[in-house]
Amino acid sequence: MSIRLKGGLALDPLAGTQAKADVFIEHGKIVAVGRAPGGFKAKREIDVSGCVVAPGLVDLGSRLREPGYEHKATIASEARAAAAAGFTTLCATPDTQPILDTPAVAEQIHHLAGLARGARIRCMGALTVGLAGEVLSEMHALKAAGCVAVTNLERTIKDTAVLKHALAYAASAGLTVFLHPEEYWLARQGSMHEGATSTRLGVPGIPRAAEIIGLHRDLTLVAETGARAHLCRLSTAESIKSLVDARRAGLAVTADVDLMHLLHTDKDAGQFDANFHLRPPLRDRSDRQALRQGVKRGGIDAIAANHEPHDADAKAAPFALTEPGVSTLDIFLPRLLSLVAAGAFDLITAWRAASLAPHRILGLPGGTLAPGAPADLCVFDATQEWIAGPDTFQSKGLNSPCVGERLKGRTVLTLVEGQVVFHAKDKKA
Amino acid sequence: MRAGNLQLDSQGRLKHFLGIEGLSRELLAEILDNAERFAPVGDRAVKKVPLLRGKTVANLFFEPSTRTRTTFDLAAKRLSADVLNLNIEASSAKKGESLTDTLRNLEAMQCDMFVVRHQTSGAAEFIARQVAPHISVINGGDGRHEHPTQAMLDVFTIRRLKQRFTHLKVAIVGDVAHSRVARSEIHALRILGVPDIRVVGPKTLIPPRIEDMGVSVHHTLEEGIAGADVVIMLRLQQERMQSALLPSAHEYFREYGLTAARLKRAAKDAIVMHPGPINRGVEIDSAVADGVQSVILQQVTYGIAVRMAVMSMVMATQSLTFGNGQGSTDVD
Repeated sequence: MSIRLKGGLALDPLAGTQAKADVFIEHGKIVAVGRAPGGFKAKREIDVSGCVVAPGLVDLGSRLREPGYEHKATIASEARAAAAAGFTTLCATPDTQPILDTPAVAEQIHHLAGLARGARIRCMGALTVGLAGEVLSEMHALKAAGCVAVTNLERTIKDTAVLKHALAYAASAGLTVFLHPEEYWLARQGSMHEGATSTRLGVPGIPRAAEIIGLHRDLTLVAETGARAHLCRLSTAESIKSLVDARRAGLAVTADVDLMHLLHTDKDAGQFDANFHLRPPLRDRSDRQALRQGVKRGGIDAIAANHEPHDADAKAAPFALTEPGVSTLDIFLPRLLSLVAAGAFDLITAWRAASLAPHRILGLPGGTLAPGAPADLCVFDATQEWIAGPDTFQSKGLNSPCVGERLKGRTVLTLVEGQVVFHAKDKKA
Repeated sequence: MRAGNLQLDSQGRLKHFLGIEGLSRELLAEILDNAERFAPVGDRAVKKVPLLRGKTVANLFFEPSTRTRTTFDLAAKRLSADVLNLNIEASSAKKGESLTDTLRNLEAMQCDMFVVRHQTSGAAEFIARQVAPHISVINGGDGRHEHPTQAMLDVFTIRRLKQRFTHLKVAIVGDVAHSRVARSEIHALRILGVPDIRVVGPKTLIPPRIEDMGVSVHHTLEEGIAGADVVIMLRLQQERMQSALLPSAHEYFREYGLTAARLKRAAKDAIVMHPGPINRGVEIDSAVADGVQSVILQQVTYGIAVRMAVMSMVMATQSLTFGNGQGSTDVD
């Protein structure tokens, strides 16, 4: 089907441009921006005047909870929610039940994703069997089953030799490893940044040193093994310095921060609000400032949604006993725009970090409006206001500190490979 | 929402007692004044007043405790309440019942007040948000966060013996990092206007950024208690040695144990306090614990009056709100 998106503001983070231009789509790809190519006949014209047309958002780590935790969310519910929020691809984490450490689980997820209507689902395999940090998973088989990367998530591999072998083996299998740097012993009892707030509340803390030591361990082993690595959810100012230094020394690694860490600090958890219980923990203002600067200057490549939907029970306990994580798909776009409005970085930088970089990290084409790129598009109205809550959230997870808040910016149309997977006017989409 | 708001009703009256942080000086003074009026009840032949007659108080102890539970139990009984003692650690929690379900069941038994002790910080606040509006929650200690009735009985003891707060030097010695008592005391002493609050201990037992709470930090006992009017010793748990925070109880006593010789560095008329139970020869020498400057047993006695005051105040607030009583805290 050929589509013309008419009257919108085309935003291309690769070209670094923002201009009023129509976008022309055919056979699932972008064929032109601005003027229609010769002989192009639109079967469908969609008026998107007043809206921004941009390459779709990509999350580098979404808990889709299926198989195993369908009471929290399902692939169908979250694929649909993602599309409604402007995401065209989600990268599913392997902490399902059973854990995604065999091709069978990957096949099941791909099968369910094929039945779902919404964003494209890609998955990551477990780096070690059962994510237990002891035995390597069959990475070649996982790769053949379509896994785009392998990871042990935040279940730190305690045995450094196992980590080294896992990185080396992944390198020979040609798989990117997603690493969540954290030193096990320093982090194991904590559930909040170790600082003034944790001291006041008497909540056991996780010192910055846990991440910094973990990061140095990871970087050293990545350099030694030649693994292709992506560092996930950095949270401290010092981590960014170390990362920039490592790159200057010639190490090719990428890194992301999650949106919540750009928005909040440990102080927000100061009343035991379990919606601010995150892993790694929210740190203080100086760290948040450094993370924002990191995105602005490119020290941080990508912004992850790090979507973690939960059922109500998971958050119904005293702070440290709740499960960490925030349901972020629905609020990602307006919150990202709020950072742009606050001057943290500009819109092109935001889109480079939330779309272009994640595409590249996952080895997917896209993240641009250049002709030939897949027509994975997010069309949003930056001025539309709405109130976050059970009526407006599409994700099954309502665990968000934004619930009840007025947000600005909303997705109106999402296309995946030229197919409309969400259209605000068409409620069934 | 701040804890200080959650525990007050719209008129600023005490509805729950969850923590000292965020409460006003006037409210703390009101608790102390009420406790003064309850103190003589224990000396009477009939140690009872009818303020909580017909009310049911449930002591929910998710963590073992003898002293705190006993004094809450006595306080409730002296107010003529019916008391339910539940050692939840040994029952529901082990059977996998969730905290919320445990609370729903107790609500269904028509309790009016929960006294909660839990090993996790924030538990009392969480429970206060969960319960039906006619139920009051009193924090009997949550994790390392707060133990507000202990702090109130400590400041009650200090007021009785030192009259005013605004000229005092108070030293809190020991395992501040793991102590809910220390945190509540720091809040209470600050609110009541104590100008010089010190925490004393090795770096492993002093949490980072504690200065933000308005205290000074000292790593030697001699320096920390110099000229102090009040010395509060904290209990040292055996676990601190197992988790490599301290080498041994022996070395701890040598460096931080309060002996008669060291106490001489404090003010001449300094009082020595301890939330109990004490470890003789670990944080305090017997000669000091049993000495003339020790007020440790007075603290225990006052604990009952303070807890009676708090319980009667929250019930009075509930009665005024739900109109099922006079809302009185009168002793006679």
